[in-house]
Amino acid sequence: MAVKQEIKYLTAVKQEKRQKKYCRFKKLGIKYVDYKDGEFLKKFLNDQGKMLPRRITGNSLKFQRKVAEAIKKARQMALLPYVTDLLK
Amino acid sequence: MSNYELMVIFTPVLSEEDSKSIQKKFADVIKDNGGTITHENPWGLKSLAYPIQKKTTGMYLVLEFSAPSDLNEKLKIQLNRDENVLRYMVTKLDKHAVAYNARKRGSLNAESKTVEA
Repeated sequence: MAVKQEIKYLTAVKQEKRQKKYCRFKKLGIKYVDYKDGEFLKKFLNDQGKMLPRRITGNSLKFQRKVAEAIKKARQMALLPYVTDLLK
Repeated sequence: MSNYELMVIFTPVLSEEDSKSIQKKFADVIKDNGGTITHENPWGLKSLAYPIQKKTTGMYLVLEFSAPSDLNEKLKIQLNRDENVLRYMVTKLDKHAVAYNARKRGSLNAESKTVEA
């Protein structure tokens, strides 16, 4: 019987190295999150207009809170929708 | 004295003169009650993200001012009383916000776009 020579790994081989997430506010030195700038705040929303979690955005806790505040203000002033489809 | 920012949405049905006079009215309310206006920025007609009182557009006005803390109550009464106001919000600005607004004013939207990227 011919034994097939196969290479087997105990753990899966890492395909790619994912870039480490970072807080864009800290990196760029932005100190104030403006609620008037709807286009900028859209970066932190998904297609339905829901806020993205810190897990995805990579924001630090301090700035995630500020972003959340700003988004809520923008929604109240009708600069951003509360609910939609196809925001982006 | 603290720094505040007032954002008001007026009804879109106002005529040119009416919108001018109503903007002046609230600026005067601030001035008469011991506040000073740092910057006035009428955005003009803008479409709303969702309808408010069955209207899909609104006249925006952003006023930056510094005022004693008892002004806000008086201002609120005036805003609530006016039926041309669809919605308003007064935000207290911290030192970073003041710096941000001053810089944005200095280079009218030119720099702010690069900062966001």
